[in-house]
Amino acid sequence: MHRTGDLYGHFQTLEQQKETAALGMWIFLVTEVLFFGGLFLTYTINRHTFSTAFGIGSNTLDIKLGAGNTVVLIMSSLTMAMAVWSAQVGKKKLVSIFLIATLALGTVFLGVKAIEYKQKFDHHLVPGLSFDMKYHPTHPMPGDDLTELALEKEEVDKAFAQDPDINAHGQLYFSLYFGMTGLHALHMIIGAGLLIWLIRGSFRGRFTPQYNTPVEIVGLYWHFVDIVWIYLFPLLYLIDRHR
Amino acid sequence: MQSQLPIYPEQASNFAPQVDALMLFITAICVFFAAAITAVIVIFFFKFHRKQPNDVGIAFDGDARLEAAWIIVPLILAMAMFGWGAVVYVDYRHTPQDTLDVYVIAKQWMWKAQQPNGVKEINELHVPVGRNVRLVLASEDVIHDFFVPAFRVKMDVVPGHYNTMWFRPTKPGRYHFFCSQYCGTNHALMAGWVTVMEPSDYAAWLSGSSGGNANPVVAGEKLFAEKACITCHVPDGTGRSPSLNGVYGAQVLLADGSTVTADDAYIRESILQPNAKIVARYLPLMPSFQGQLTEEQILALIAYIKSLQSLPVPAKGAGIAPPTGNK
Amino acid sequence: MNNTPPAPDNELPDTHYLNATYGSGIRSWLLTTDHKRIALLYLASVTVFFFIGGVLATMIRIHLLTPTGALVTPETYNKLFTMHGVAMIFFFLIPSIPAVLGNFLIPLMIGAKDLAFPKVNLLSWYIYILGGSFVLYSFGTGGLDTGWTFYTPLSSVYSNSAVTPAVIGIFINGFSSILTGLNFIVTIHTMRAPGMTWFRLPLFAWAHYATSLVMILGTPVIAITLLLVGLERIFHLGFFNPALGGDPILFQHLFWFYSHPAVYIMILPAMGVVSEIIPTFARKPIFGYAFIAGSSIAIAVIGFLVWAHHMFVTGESTYAALTFSFLSYLVAIPSAIKVFNWTSTLYKGSISWDPPMIYALGFIGLFVIGGLTGLFLACLGLDIHIHDTYFVVAHFHYIMVGGAVMGYVGGLHFWWPKITGRLYPESLSRAAAVVLFIGFNLTFFPQFILGYLGMPRRYHTYPPEFQVLNVLSTAGASILALGYLLPMAYLTWSMRYGKVAGQNPWPATGLEWKTDSPPPTENFHVTPEVTWEPYDFENRPDLGLAAGARPLAPAHGDD
Repeated sequence: MHRTGDLYGHFQTLEQQKETAALGMWIFLVTEVLFFGGLFLTYTINRHTFSTAFGIGSNTLDIKLGAGNTVVLIMSSLTMAMAVWSAQVGKKKLVSIFLIATLALGTVFLGVKAIEYKQKFDHHLVPGLSFDMKYHPTHPMPGDDLTELALEKEEVDKAFAQDPDINAHGQLYFSLYFGMTGLHALHMIIGAGLLIWLIRGSFRGRFTPQYNTPVEIVGLYWHFVDIVWIYLFPLLYLIDRHR
Repeated sequence: MQSQLPIYPEQASNFAPQVDALMLFITAICVFFAAAITAVIVIFFFKFHRKQPNDVGIAFDGDARLEAAWIIVPLILAMAMFGWGAVVYVDYRHTPQDTLDVYVIAKQWMWKAQQPNGVKEINELHVPVGRNVRLVLASEDVIHDFFVPAFRVKMDVVPGHYNTMWFRPTKPGRYHFFCSQYCGTNHALMAGWVTVMEPSDYAAWLSGSSGGNANPVVAGEKLFAEKACITCHVPDGTGRSPSLNGVYGAQVLLADGSTVTADDAYIRESILQPNAKIVARYLPLMPSFQGQLTEEQILALIAYIKSLQSLPVPAKGAGIAPPTGNK
Repeated sequence: MNNTPPAPDNELPDTHYLNATYGSGIRSWLLTTDHKRIALLYLASVTVFFFIGGVLATMIRIHLLTPTGALVTPETYNKLFTMHGVAMIFFFLIPSIPAVLGNFLIPLMIGAKDLAFPKVNLLSWYIYILGGSFVLYSFGTGGLDTGWTFYTPLSSVYSNSAVTPAVIGIFINGFSSILTGLNFIVTIHTMRAPGMTWFRLPLFAWAHYATSLVMILGTPVIAITLLLVGLERIFHLGFFNPALGGDPILFQHLFWFYSHPAVYIMILPAMGVVSEIIPTFARKPIFGYAFIAGSSIAIAVIGFLVWAHHMFVTGESTYAALTFSFLSYLVAIPSAIKVFNWTSTLYKGSISWDPPMIYALGFIGLFVIGGLTGLFLACLGLDIHIHDTYFVVAHFHYIMVGGAVMGYVGGLHFWWPKITGRLYPESLSRAAAVVLFIGFNLTFFPQFILGYLGMPRRYHTYPPEFQVLNVLSTAGASILALGYLLPMAYLTWSMRYGKVAGQNPWPATGLEWKTDSPPPTENFHVTPEVTWEPYDFENRPDLGLAAGARPLAPAHGDD
C-alpha cells in the first residue's frame, strides 16, 4: 500500500492521480444522490397522500434535538473544511486537531440520534414492534411535560377521527423516518471510520501540501452526508409543525 | 378478416378494426425499412467483398445532410405512428356516457362479474352486441388484467384502485378473455369467455336463471365424485375424513374442544379454507379448493351435502358432537 | 507509435498477463488487480449464469410444447421464468459486455496501464459474486416466483417463494454495476494516453461511457426500491401494499425508472462492439463517427425519460401516457442513426467475411427487427392489445438476445485473439453465427404472431389453438442452443490448440492491437502517443496494408 503519496503504478503523473481520486468521489456522490433520492421521492408522495398521519408523526420528533443536531453537523463540516485547509497549508498538527473535532461532533450527532431512537422505542413508535400512535399520550413517561402530552393526545385523537387508519399510515411515516435517518446514520458511521483512518494518518504526518488527497475526498464525502441531513431535517421534523 | 387466418384474432369490437389498421400501417412501414436495410446490407456484403488480402476500403467524409435525412424521415414516420396510436388510445380512455356497466372483481384465481341487474357470473361475461359496455375493475388481492384479444382491449386491475375500460362489441360469438398480468400460481388458469349476444337474447338471459335448470343436488353429487371428495369423506366413516351423513345442521365437535353448527357458511369455509376448523380426532389433510370451484358449484355441493341429512350416521367416523350429557 | 518489438507472429510472447511473474496460482487470480484478469474472472462467472439461465429457458420451451404443459407444475413453471429473467438480466446481460470486454479493453484502447481504480474493480467482482450467491441461495431454497419484475403486492405480500434473499442479492449486485460504471467514467476522463482526444476515442469507449452514465444514475434507484420491497415483506410495512394504504403503482414507477434504462445498459455496449467490428472488417472509417458517439449519449439521456411506457394499461393518466409514448418514439431515432451509419460504412468498403463480421451483421439484422417492433409497443393504440403478450416477449428477446448476446459473442470472437493470443476455427465459427441467426429467428418470430393472437406471457398453459406456434418456437430453441454450444466448445478448444494469432491478426486500428497478444500485465511496454484518427486504414502503414495496398478506387474520389 502506498502511504506516502507516491505515484501508483498505473498513473502517469501525480496530477492525474489526484484528479482521478477527486472525480471518483464526485461520481460516487452522484450515485448517492440517486440512492437517497428514491427514498425522498417515496417520502414526498406518501406525505402528500397521508398528510394527517405524517403531520402527527413529525410532531412526535423532538425539534430541539433535531435542530441541535443540525448545528452540530454543520459545525463538523466546518471543522472538516478546516482540516483540508490545514493540510493544504502544511499545518500538520492542526490537521489532526480538526479531524478529531469533526469526529467528536459526528459522534455527538450519532449519540443524539441514539437518544431519539430510544425515545421512539419507548413510545411504541417503531414499525412492526407494537406500533401505536396512541400509546405515548396515554402512557406518560417520567420527565414528560404533562400539559404538552395532553395537547398531543388531543391532536392524536383528532387525527384518528380524520383518518381511522392512522396507525397504518403512521407506520409508513416512521418506516421512512427510520429508513432515511438510519441510512444517513450508516453513512455517518462509515464517515467516522474514514475519519479514524485519516486521524491515524495525520498522526504519522502523512498529509502535506503535496499530498492531501485522502483528506480532500473524505471531506467531500462528509459534506455530502451533511447536506443529506440538511434536507432530512426539514422534511422530517418541520412539516406541519405547529407546536 | 376472420379467425381462420391464423395471424390475428377475430374482430369483435369497435376497437378491433382500428387497432388492426394501426398494426398494418406500422407493419408496412417497418417491413419496408427492414427489407430495405437488409437488401442494402446484403448487396454491399457481396458487392464490396474483399478482392485482395491487402485491400482497404475507400474512406469518405460523413455527410450531415444524409444524417439529417435519416433523422427527419424516421421522425416524421414516428410521429405519424404516435399520433394515430394516440387517437385510438384517447378514445379508449375516454368512456362514453351511455354505457352498460358491469362490475368485475378479480381475485386469485378467478373472475367475478356482476351485471347491472345483479346477476352474477364467474369466469364468464355476457354482453349485448352494439352497446357501449363499461367494465369497472377491482381486485381483491394482487394486480390482474382483463384482456379480450378479439376486442383488442385490456386494462390492469389494481388493488386499491378502480380502473375502468370500455368497448362496444360488434359481433355475436364467444371469445376468450385472459388474465394478462402475472398474479401467481394459477395466472394462466384465470381465463374465461365473453359471450356477445343479440340484445334480445341478452335481455332474456339476464332475466332468466343462469346455468339452466340443472338440479343442484344432482350437480353437487357429480362434483363430489369428480373432485374426489368421496375418496376421503367415505359415507360409512371408514375414510380419512368424517362421513358427511347427517352432518348438515348438526353440531360438529372440533379439535380444540369447541362445537360449531354445520351450516352453509361452515361447509363453504371447510371447502375453501379447510384448515380453519379441524374436526376432533382427524388430521388436517384436506386441500383447499379455493379458485377451483365457482360459487355455483359450491352451492351445488352444499345442496348435495344437505341432502345427506337423513342418511344413517356411522357410529365411528362422523364428526358430529355427541349430545351433551352423554359419553 | 512506440512499442517494444512485437513477438514473432507465430509465437506467443514469453510473458504476458496470463503467466505473469506474480504467479498463476489461484491467489494471484483471486487477489489480482489487473483489469485483464478481472475481466476473465467475470467471463467465467457470467458464463455460469448464462448457462443457468439457458437451462431454465430450455425447460420453459419444453414445457410449452403442449397446451396443458408437459413438464412441470404451475408453481415450478412460474419459478422457471422468474429465475430465468433474474439470472439472465442481472447476472448475465448487464455485466456481460462491460465487465468482460469493457474491463479488458478500455485501458488498452485508451493507452492506459489499468483502470482508474483497480482495487475497486476487483471489489466489483466480489460484490457480484456475493449478490449472485444470495440469488442462487434463493433459487436453491424454494425458488422465486414473482416474475423478474417483482410487482407488488404479489412480491411483497402474497408470494410464498424465497423473495427476500433474492432482492438482497440483486440489491448487492447493483453496487457491482455502480462501481464498474464509476470506474469507467473516471478512467475515460482522466487516464487517456497523450494524443487520445475525446473524438479519437474508439466508439466502444463512447458506448461504455454512455452505459456507465446509465449505470451510476439508474442502479441506485432500483437498489433502494428492492430494499423497500424486502423491508415491506419482513416488517409488514405498507409502501406498496394497498391493504395498508400503500400504492402498487408507486412500485412500478420506481422499478421501471431503473429497469428501462437498464435495457440500454444491455444494448449500448453491444452497439459499441458492432461499431468496432464494422469498420475493421470493411477496412474503412465508420460513417458519421460523431453521430454514432452522440447517439450513444442521446440514448442514455432519453432512455431515462420513457419508463412509464411499461405502464400504459395500469390506468395511468392519459396525459402521462401520451408523453411517454412520444418520448419512446424519440428514443428510437438515435438507434436508427446507428443502423443507417453502420450500413453506410459498408459502402465501398473492402469487406471480409470473417466471423466477427458475420456476428455484427447478424446483430444488425436482429436488432433492426427488435427495434422496429418497439415502435409497435410504443404506439398507445396498439399497446392496449399487445401489452403483456408474447409480442413483448419476442420484442425484448430480439433486442437482448439477438442484439446484446450476439454483440457479446461477436465481441468475444473479435477480441479473442487479443485476450488469449489464439485464433479459432474460421469456418466453424461462421457456421455457428449462421446457426445462431436461423435458430434465433425460428424461436422468436412465431412469438410475435402468438402475441398478436392474444397469448399472454407468463402462462404455463394456453388454449390449444396456440400450440403450433409454440412448437415452432421450441424447435427453433433447440437450434439456438446449438448456436451457443458451438462457440463454447471451439473457443474453449482454441485456448490450447488454436493457431497463434500474433499482435494484430485482422488487422484493426485500435490501440489495443498495438501490443502483444496476449498483452503484458502493464499493457504497453512504452506509453503510446496517439497521432492518428480512429479507423483510419489509409494512413496506417504499420498495419501492413497501406504499403502496397490497392484501394478499390482513387482515394477521396466521388461516389
